[in-house]
Amino acid sequence: MSLFGTNDEERTDLSKTESRYIRARSRKLLGSLISPVKRQIFLAIAIVLTSTTLRVAGPALIAFAIDSALPKAMLNDYSTLYWTIFVYLSAAGLAAGLVYYFLMLTARLSNAMLFDLRNRMFVHTQKLSVEFHEKYTAGRVIARQTSDLDSIGELLSGGLSELVVSGTFMIFTAVALLLLDPPSFFILLIALLPLAILTRWFQVQTLLGYRKQKVASSRQIQYFVESMTGIRAVKAFRKEKRNENHFGGLVEDFRRHNARLIQLFGIYDPGLILIGNITVAAVLLFGGFRVLDGSLGIGVLTAAILYSRRFFEPMEQIAIFYNSYQSAASALEKISGVLQEEPTVPEPKSPVSFANASGNVSFSEVEFQYSTGGVVLHPFTLDIPAGQTIALVGTTGAGKSTLAKLISRFYDPSKGSVKLDGVDLRDISNGDLRREVVMVTQEAYLFSGSVAENIQLGRPGASMEDVVIAAKAVGAHEFIESLPDGYDTDVNKRGGRVSSGQRQLISFARAFLANPAVLILDEATSSLDIPSEKMVQNGLKTLLRGRTAVIIAHRLSTVSIADRVLVMEHGKVIEDGSPVELVENGGKFSRLYEAWRDSLV
Amino acid sequence: MSQKPKGSFRTLWRLLPYAKSAVPRLMLGIVAAIAAHMFALAIPQFLRDLVNSLVSGGLDALIPAVLLILGLGFAEAMFVLLRRWLVLMPGTFVEARMRNTIYAKLQDLPVAFHDRWPSGQLISRAISDLNLIRRWLSFGLVLLTANLITLIVGLALLFTFNFWLGLIFTIASVPIWLIGFKFESQYGTIARLSQDQAGDLATRVEEAVHGVRVLKAFGRGDFASNQFSKQARELFNTQILKARAVANIWLYLILIPELALGLALLAGVILAANGEISVGTLVAFVATAMVLRWPTESLGFLLGFTLEAKSATTRFFEVMDEPDLIRDPESPKSVAHPNGVLEFRDVRFKYQDAPANQPGIIDGVTLRLEPGESVALIGITGSGKTTLTALTTRLYEVDSGAILIDGVDIRDMTRSELRTHIAMAFEDATLFSSSVRENVLLGDPDATEADFKQAIDIAQAHFVYDLPNGVDTLIGEEGLSLSGGQRQRLALARAVAAKPRILVLDDPLSALDVDTEAMVEDALRHVLKSTTALIVAHRPSTVMLADKVALMENGKITGFGTHQELLKSSAHYRYVISSLEEETKAREVNL
Repeated sequence: MSLFGTNDEERTDLSKTESRYIRARSRKLLGSLISPVKRQIFLAIAIVLTSTTLRVAGPALIAFAIDSALPKAMLNDYSTLYWTIFVYLSAAGLAAGLVYYFLMLTARLSNAMLFDLRNRMFVHTQKLSVEFHEKYTAGRVIARQTSDLDSIGELLSGGLSELVVSGTFMIFTAVALLLLDPPSFFILLIALLPLAILTRWFQVQTLLGYRKQKVASSRQIQYFVESMTGIRAVKAFRKEKRNENHFGGLVEDFRRHNARLIQLFGIYDPGLILIGNITVAAVLLFGGFRVLDGSLGIGVLTAAILYSRRFFEPMEQIAIFYNSYQSAASALEKISGVLQEEPTVPEPKSPVSFANASGNVSFSEVEFQYSTGGVVLHPFTLDIPAGQTIALVGTTGAGKSTLAKLISRFYDPSKGSVKLDGVDLRDISNGDLRREVVMVTQEAYLFSGSVAENIQLGRPGASMEDVVIAAKAVGAHEFIESLPDGYDTDVNKRGGRVSSGQRQLISFARAFLANPAVLILDEATSSLDIPSEKMVQNGLKTLLRGRTAVIIAHRLSTVSIADRVLVMEHGKVIEDGSPVELVENGGKFSRLYEAWRDSLV
Repeated sequence: MSQKPKGSFRTLWRLLPYAKSAVPRLMLGIVAAIAAHMFALAIPQFLRDLVNSLVSGGLDALIPAVLLILGLGFAEAMFVLLRRWLVLMPGTFVEARMRNTIYAKLQDLPVAFHDRWPSGQLISRAISDLNLIRRWLSFGLVLLTANLITLIVGLALLFTFNFWLGLIFTIASVPIWLIGFKFESQYGTIARLSQDQAGDLATRVEEAVHGVRVLKAFGRGDFASNQFSKQARELFNTQILKARAVANIWLYLILIPELALGLALLAGVILAANGEISVGTLVAFVATAMVLRWPTESLGFLLGFTLEAKSATTRFFEVMDEPDLIRDPESPKSVAHPNGVLEFRDVRFKYQDAPANQPGIIDGVTLRLEPGESVALIGITGSGKTTLTALTTRLYEVDSGAILIDGVDIRDMTRSELRTHIAMAFEDATLFSSSVRENVLLGDPDATEADFKQAIDIAQAHFVYDLPNGVDTLIGEEGLSLSGGQRQRLALARAVAAKPRILVLDDPLSALDVDTEAMVEDALRHVLKSTTALIVAHRPSTVMLADKVALMENGKITGFGTHQELLKSSAHYRYVISSLEEETKAREVNL
């Protein structure tokens, strides 16, 4: 199916089958959100039914007061009146109390559902593979989890209960009218026809509108996020004015789509009022004739007028919340798409129990190509004995990173298998695998929080002593101590305050604390300053002792601590051996080595 | 981020400058809304006469009365149409204007501001808060005003039916006001709290998405999910508190009018039984009370809405009120064709939140780069190299001392001109989601094809020609689909393509492999001959690229000269550069 997951999610011209497919998907999601709170929903419905009955009884009681109690009161018999008023007040009091209870219940219910969905989205996006995140931009993932969830929240917390209350109210009102005065009910029935036509027109018109509006809104958010996260480059290259123009265009786009929707709404709402008022006039006309020939009491006529007017009142509410329903529906469509995406590196269903890996990594007949086609790694077989330190060397695009990502299972091989201690990585549970294999990437991302917390990410719950030991081991302790609050210093947004070399040291300490059997450093030493790298060189030796390590590095100093060098080119390992062997062989590595040496002079 | 709550009115009043052009239509919209309500209120008036004539058995009054009521019904619908037509369109313009304004303001605010404010908070302010304000302006404000006026008129009308009946309703309305005001103070705080928590949650989402690779690499997805879940739970609790406040006010807003109606019905029937009012009046009274019910009930919702709009407005102005400390001068000086002298005079700088007793990260730097001279900036981690580069284009502002280009203080130039003279390449190469060409020509969109080619040549970024759509390939957000080395080369090409007099490069080659690095360096040498350059260097080879070396130590320049000179004169330089010797030694020993 071409619309599986997040494919083509920005398309608005869906065919009938396609939109049915998407709607079924969001319905299924909605169903799964509802099922844990099913009982409360039934309770809520029971409350609504009761309180609506009580509220709908009001006009009937008024009719009774005018037609029965009033004549008796004229004869000085007030007991019926008192009883009627007593019932009226009790009904009103009970109804109000039930409304309070209902509101609290639905708030709990809808927020529980939203909480559930929020968590599911977060967990799911964390589960999805790196491949997905590379394709589906960060801005879009954020939009799904912020503004889209907001609109669903709006529907759940306000709209849905309003819809239930209003819908029941309309039905009960109609039933009450039928019981009280059937002819008036038939007038109301006739009025339903234009009402249905108007509503259908509105529905069709807005459906498309909401999809377009969502896309425009998401683009707006995406551009906004990008400008703010890249603010330094924006400023340095004077992109502000150009950004303002472009963003202004996106804002205007969004405004136009929004305005179009609002216009539709502006026709629908007065249309409803008009139909309601005409109905009231018709009820009055036919009721009036019947009062005149004595077949209808004034009280009943009053009640019939009140009922037929009140019948249309919630329609306006329904229309107001139809708005939030539409926007939530298209948000739900997109969210259900993200949730439908499956991790391309799934968790094993029955994982092999795995503990204390020795760190032997082997590739057998492994091939890797992107789902779009291009072959990145040609079939190869490779064995890395436990404890060996491997340096991967080669030009950009040779496949070094991909090889590293296969070991850390960011990707799965297209063919063949990667094994750790003879167990296929695909059979190891995520928890076990991540404990044994850790990868440190070049972009040393820091999360907001203290330096210590960022290091502790390597092993949540680690003691402060362990954190300090880790920092000392990689040579990060000194600079951390010199920060304003030492280990408690807030690294700020995206580690803005810590230099990139320092960020890498922190992520090294993080890896040290994680203490894996296999450590992969993907260009992770590139922005270390010279002396700190020297410190890291020493730290690295400590760090690598007793571990298998794969290092993608550009520096001789780093390569020199490796036991074995793999030279890669165009997705193939072309040379494999100890640094000394390779230099003597006179191949690619020895040429690289020459270049290195030249660059040092 | 939280301030002392101000009065709702004063806060919302601040929207006026943005809403000014919409004011006339909003006012007319309020008038239209009131008119529509008045027609609705008028219907029972005619109902009274009709019922009275029906009671007395007069057929002649029926048809005209029905027609009149039908006419009023039409009028009501028309005025609702008019109201919507009047108010809704301007609201969208106000929203768009505010969004563009806050975006421009945010781009103008210094980097220090962005260091402090997570972008999640900024998104919720610029997107959902403004959306709320728009809806409040064109819906909340209009209906609140119109409903209040309708209520007052309606109460007055009830008095015309009968004094006692009117009195019952007036007395009943008093607790509604009291509850309303109490609600305002209670709900306002909770609403603000929930918006802030939602913003924090958005930040958490944003970080988890941007840092997804790290979380994956360490298998910390579950850990992050738990933390997220905890925060989401806090928001959940706040939402329940909020719901309680709302449910409370609904309780009273439904109960009180119903009680009043019940009592009025009692009184009305008694009055009618005693012949003090007609049956028609009683019916009309009940009908009017019914018409007033919705405006009364809606007060709770509208008050809540108003308070949310107030806190959204407060949040908007928290950004807008942020003083822009790095501004353009009032009468800027211009250096039309700078020679390219870059001079630091006793420059000092300290991050705002750094402790007062600590020396600044830049602690008195004096340095002069002659035209065409390239200087490598070298020093250990945390010595202030990157900060110093950020000062040159006023991403941060010096605390004291001055940076000058051809003798002109950079604070006396417009930022736009300054950034034309100086182009930067950052180590973490931020690329934008547009084509390769647009990214490279960011600093000079009007550059020629030849300039573009040259920049690509210098940065050895020829891989761009092999991309699916060549140089017109759209690169993903933040250029994530490119490798670190590729991104860095594009960032370098971007700096070169801007053809600045002065280049500031923050370790621009760190992610390149050695082959490519050597080629880039060769090409870069030509550019550096004619361009003044300040290059943060992390490798000996980059040091060799420069004419001179400046050694940074604890925020000061402690050595300046050629590589050879410094080797002789500075122990710290020897220490810093020693890994070069280490590397040479290692080679001799191992290979």
